[in-house]
Amino acid sequence: MAARTATAPGAPTTKLGKAALEIDDRLIVAGPVRRTLNKVFPDHWSFLLGEIALYTFVILLLSGTYLTFFFQASMVEVTYDGSYDPLRGLDMSIAYASTLDISFDVRGGLFMRQLHHWAALLFVASMVVHLLRIFFTGAFRRPRETNWLIGVVLLILSFLEGFAGYSMPDDLLSGTGLRIMSAIILAIPVIGTWTHWAVFGGDFVGELIVGRLYIAHVLLIPAIMLALIAAHLLILVKQKHTQFPGPGRTEHNVVGNRLFPTFAGKATGLLFVVFGVCAALGGLVQINPVWLWGPYNPAQVSAASQPDWYIMWLDGSSRLFPAWDLNLPGDYTIPALFWPTAVLPGIVFTLLLFYPMIERKLTGDTASHHLLQRPRDVPVRTSLGLMAITFYMVLFISGGNDVVADKFDISLNAMTWAGRIGMIVLPPIAYVITYRICLGLQQHDREVLEHGIETGVIRRLPHGEFIEVHQPLGPVDEHGHGQLAYGGAPVPKRMNQAGGARRAIRGFFSPVEEPTVVELEQQREGRGLSAGERGRELTTSGRPSEGGRPSDGGRPQDPRD
Amino acid sequence: MNTRDTRPGSAGGADTEGPLHGGPDEDYTPEQLAAMRREDLDLLGARYDGVEVLHVDPGPEPGSRLEKRAVRQVGWSFALAGVFALLFLVVYIGSGWFLPEWSWAEDGSAWSALFTPLLGLFMGLSLTLVGVGLVLYTKKLLPHETAVQDKHDGSHFDRVTTGATLVGGYHNSGLPRRKLITRSLGFMGAAVGVMLLAPLGGLIKNPNTGNPLGRTSWAEGIRLVRIDGSPVRPGDQLPGSLETVFPAVPGGNFESDAATMLIRLRPEQTEEDRPREGQADFGYGDYVAYSKICTHAGCPVSLYEQETSRLLCPCHQSQFDVTQGAKPIFGPATRSLPQLPIAVDDEGFFVARSDYIEPVGPTYWNRERI
Repeated sequence: MAARTATAPGAPTTKLGKAALEIDDRLIVAGPVRRTLNKVFPDHWSFLLGEIALYTFVILLLSGTYLTFFFQASMVEVTYDGSYDPLRGLDMSIAYASTLDISFDVRGGLFMRQLHHWAALLFVASMVVHLLRIFFTGAFRRPRETNWLIGVVLLILSFLEGFAGYSMPDDLLSGTGLRIMSAIILAIPVIGTWTHWAVFGGDFVGELIVGRLYIAHVLLIPAIMLALIAAHLLILVKQKHTQFPGPGRTEHNVVGNRLFPTFAGKATGLLFVVFGVCAALGGLVQINPVWLWGPYNPAQVSAASQPDWYIMWLDGSSRLFPAWDLNLPGDYTIPALFWPTAVLPGIVFTLLLFYPMIERKLTGDTASHHLLQRPRDVPVRTSLGLMAITFYMVLFISGGNDVVADKFDISLNAMTWAGRIGMIVLPPIAYVITYRICLGLQQHDREVLEHGIETGVIRRLPHGEFIEVHQPLGPVDEHGHGQLAYGGAPVPKRMNQAGGARRAIRGFFSPVEEPTVVELEQQREGRGLSAGERGRELTTSGRPSEGGRPSDGGRPQDPRD
Repeated sequence: MNTRDTRPGSAGGADTEGPLHGGPDEDYTPEQLAAMRREDLDLLGARYDGVEVLHVDPGPEPGSRLEKRAVRQVGWSFALAGVFALLFLVVYIGSGWFLPEWSWAEDGSAWSALFTPLLGLFMGLSLTLVGVGLVLYTKKLLPHETAVQDKHDGSHFDRVTTGATLVGGYHNSGLPRRKLITRSLGFMGAAVGVMLLAPLGGLIKNPNTGNPLGRTSWAEGIRLVRIDGSPVRPGDQLPGSLETVFPAVPGGNFESDAATMLIRLRPEQTEEDRPREGQADFGYGDYVAYSKICTHAGCPVSLYEQETSRLLCPCHQSQFDVTQGAKPIFGPATRSLPQLPIAVDDEGFFVARSDYIEPVGPTYWNRERI
């Protein structure tokens, strides 16, 4: 740009503009920045679920780093001498003592600890809900299989990360969880004992495991997760968002808001709301009060020792699985514990991981898709999903079946049997019911497209017959049938959804808008009924015999045929 | 580039763009751009990025009541967020200074119980209000635009040319012909990879040396002591009671596999007691001792319902019948709890007669062979 000088046209005159020029002269970022600011994001609440996961991950990194300033991952025994009287003088590991110190001797430490734990629960929860959204809308289809794979791996890693995290404080509850994990590792056929010795550095519990969990929790797993999240987001940006079908939306475009300022404003707002909710939970709602559990002792346990929610389904599966040791020739055994805790999650995660490929194979649909599907339009997938959720829920509830039995005064053994039968019987029932509901919803969409919206207006015909007036959504043929085809987008089912109501005048206690201005504005924009209201009569049926013309859209219709 | 260094040797050749230089600057001269309105420049740039702004709903009219109200709402949200942030600081810094002490104390002041909830409340409200303010701002004050961006499908041109570059490079390397190099590369890759992973071998230990899985500290003559180290003698316990005992060795009360339940059966239970085969003499009178470590997942079997003679593991609800040799009668456990043979020593205290005759705790691959 040899020609450009300080006096050239378009040269910046403001300080900010000059500073921007200085930066761009060095980094040449104006183009990429403009492309980023102009990126279009589709607008739907369900696209924010993944963002919640991202923001809680940020909270976890920040609060977790804070906690490492105080937590000491050592299993060396010390005598507690902190400010929590009931435990003073007790022998415990340094890990547990430092967790108590975070809770009682660090200003605001308990708040941070609870914030971290709550954010972790929300992180996994938002990932699961995000995954369900992706699953039920078919967003995993080509070309997005890679991001599905990365997402599922992230989910598995978050389980491990969470387990490592809540196993570190070395209190009675976390120790019980570790003991079960030790038994699960031992239960692996052939290499179980060898693996256990490698992981724990010897027999349970040894002196190494907390330190190993710590480094896995603060470095190994988060680093891998961070890299995967970066890849997840890069691929998302590169492939662009999916969108629901709707006016003007095609497989080749994205309709929505540009990043700046609308989407950036909303996303930053959400970030702060997520931060705020986690902070409020961390301060107001007690979670994992380790000082009540006491230090770990292999001979002690509390009733209702449950893991964090995302591991509960595996606790449930362990409770439900029958007592079936497999005795092999040569006095070898495959323990019963192996199936519900290693094989089951193995199968579940393998199916989940490869679902896009399985579906592609079974449906033969190898095309690229950028428009989402409504769950009702893919009844088999939706029903499979509900089947999986039902199976999961049975295991999840069974993970706390002792608490349910206690609180509702049900026999514990009855709860176990209900879970055993339920996990087999309920999923197929859920499949059938969901399938019927999907078909019903599909049918109703078609019906409204063909016959119009029920207006609730009852009209008496000259010969005495009563009919309900229907409002067609578009042009009708000579039989009065709607000619609109179903396009995979929501069909309005009530008059207000089709613009039957005028826009409300804004203002809570008193109107802050001039009603006449709103009226004019609506007529100008052609929004709602007020646009063409004068030419409209609610008394004709639109039948050709009554003077209605074919393709005369927007006229109320009688039910026919 | 407002200034130019013209000293000899500093320009490094002619300061003109090469023949491949191009892009939008060719199409739009600075003069043309300077003549355009800012809005048009915005849309022009957007179009360059494949974005078309279809429709803009302008924000509320400046000066209208609608705008004033929205501005008030947003302004109050941000202001309150600031106020709550200050309140957080007051609680955080002021506790123990001009406010009561925050730390836990047995005669706990109300403030120490309020400290953490107040921190959460104020930070939560503050951050949430920042978010609420931002969302209100975007929803009520910003213009609402509907934009469409083109999705670029894969380009055939890119694929063909990239393919040509890749294949050309591979071909020029001669690797397809030079088999020795490819083979040695493969060998090297495998060997170096294994070498780099090899130090992980430091984690591997042999679980079968010294048989730690099959053995506990119990041995002949080792006393049964409570968690505080006091020995137990017959008559200390009421019929129908259970006490957790440990081997009287240093650290015995913290050993992961040694915890044992010493149960005194009630007379009715003694009558129906059916010990496991060959273990009829393991008990002492109406006393029996079973491992406390569940044979399912290793949790301590802690809940004893003496009316039904059942031991329940709180982790996965396996139930064991103490009158049938601690046989599992419900739940996922497959094996009976191992029984510790006990006797009474010269001084009248309970002692073990030997270690457990089978490994305690959860099942594993080669348990039967130990």
